[in-house]
Amino acid sequence: MGEKMLMKGNEAIGEAAIRAGCYFYFGYPITPQSELTAYMSKKLPKIKNAAFIQAESEVAAINMVYGAAATGVRTMTSSSSPGISLKQEGISYIACAELPCVIVNMQRGGPGLGSIQPGQADYFQATKGGGHGDYHLIVLAPSSVQELVDLTMDAFDLADKYTNPAMILGDGLIGQMMESVEFKERKKINLPDKEGWILTGCKGREKNYIVPFNLDPYEMEKLNFKIQDKYNELKEKEVRYETINLENADLIVVAYGTVARIVKTVIANAKKEGINIGLIRPITLFPFPEKIIAETSEKVNKFLVAEMSLGQMVEDVKLAVNGKVEVNFYGRVGGVIPTQSEILTEIKKYLK
Amino acid sequence: MKKVFGKPKSLTKDPFTYCPGCHHGIAHRLVAEVVDEFGIREKTIGVCPVGCSVFAYVFFDCDMICAAHGRAPAVATGIKRAKPDSIVFTYQGDGDLASIGTAEIVHTANRGENITVIFINNAIYGMTGGQMAPTTLVGQVTQTSPYGRDAKTMGYPMKVAEMLAALKGVTYISRVALNKPANIIKAKKSIKKAFQVQLDGKGFSLVEILSTCPTNWGLSPIEANKWVEENMIPYYPLGELKTPEEVS
Repeated sequence: MGEKMLMKGNEAIGEAAIRAGCYFYFGYPITPQSELTAYMSKKLPKIKNAAFIQAESEVAAINMVYGAAATGVRTMTSSSSPGISLKQEGISYIACAELPCVIVNMQRGGPGLGSIQPGQADYFQATKGGGHGDYHLIVLAPSSVQELVDLTMDAFDLADKYTNPAMILGDGLIGQMMESVEFKERKKINLPDKEGWILTGCKGREKNYIVPFNLDPYEMEKLNFKIQDKYNELKEKEVRYETINLENADLIVVAYGTVARIVKTVIANAKKEGINIGLIRPITLFPFPEKIIAETSEKVNKFLVAEMSLGQMVEDVKLAVNGKVEVNFYGRVGGVIPTQSEILTEIKKYLK
Repeated sequence: MKKVFGKPKSLTKDPFTYCPGCHHGIAHRLVAEVVDEFGIREKTIGVCPVGCSVFAYVFFDCDMICAAHGRAPAVATGIKRAKPDSIVFTYQGDGDLASIGTAEIVHTANRGENITVIFINNAIYGMTGGQMAPTTLVGQVTQTSPYGRDAKTMGYPMKVAEMLAALKGVTYISRVALNKPANIIKAKKSIKKAFQVQLDGKGFSLVEILSTCPTNWGLSPIEANKWVEENMIPYYPLGELKTPEEVS
């Protein structure tokens, strides 16, 4: 049994990262994730050989991550929506260079400077690449502070395993709320050796180099195919989701993160009124749990996707069901969180 | 027969692909010679920029990484903080360092990061075909200042060494040229001092190297060397702008 503590989401990420062996954090202040930067600034200077830098910009922070990751250490940065937009160049380079790292996005309302309340409108940016070129991040979507902890630790493992940047896609609500968390003992897992590619000085070996480009288009295409193979492997092996009440459901809600939490209460309330609602909660947004959605669409013919966006994940759900069933959408946006009664009212509309 | 001159160990066997008369080759060699002389090749990590010297990773025979345009100092910061025992240098042109990368270079210098920056100032963008750089001289004709750089609308050429020397976090700053043997000898001494500062753990060092771009200047290699002497050096005076007493 690990110890139980009451922690704020943003701070819990920091603690989880340190326990996962991430001693190199580079960040820039932005609401609603600044507590994470502050937590790292407090903890890392107390650890030998660790480094915390408040970077001059989001751009510099992600490029410091790029440099640190190239030496083989576990490293991370965090931000919120507008800051994540600024990091996209660096993220694309890191993905192309095939370096592992973790990026946390505690989303707020957008677009533009938006608001500082929770949002989920960075789904496209997070799951479809975000920067230029064909690449994906491994995207994990926590729904509680405990899951923030567990997924943060998993994110470092997955990033190392696939030498690809991983993103924790939370929102201002999960980052700001306090819940009881437990830092569980984790099973030791075998991860690929980094010795072949890290930059540590070429003592006793040929030089290593990391270059995210190739001016020969055929070689560049080969690199793209190689990266793409990893995504196919991710789709095969790393899909995660939670399901509730799929049997006998009259309608399936697909929701992630904060909205999925709300939907769980909706399901309980609906049951009292004799309405059977099921939930598919994607935990990995990339790779997306398309198979369970497709299978469920063979049994239930009504879906509702609820998001704090104006319709982003709904596109992936539609692709998964491939036109076989009705997929409806309900979204609030700009920092507005949908209420249980709003969602239930919406559900009832489709069950008439 | 005794070998008195050869290629530095810290350069690979690959022939340089730079244009005839371009100073990148000399600058690469000087850095490599210094790395050899300190015997630090096996713990050196170089960060190359975006621009002509994006290919520096091919020519330096030590661990290398290519940064995004202008971000080399941030990447070098990440490397140095993660591996403080390594010797880290960036190699950046004027578009990379003085234009798109101003935030990174200023703040890396201001934090006094213990890295060495080799800054190639040839007053033009080379790889993209000769556009105006922040360091382009007033009146200089480039692809994007076809009527000559007009200070009223395009600003004055940026004196990076002077600007950074004003920061307290900076330990060593110099400006050198490679247009004649005497200057090359001085340039090497300066690069050596810059690496010495890093080896001693004394903080941020930068050597601004006035260089040629005969191709985009539309001059022959010899004319280009003369152009450095007559046009660049008067505006960008050579010498040490900041040096700790111990290494001077």
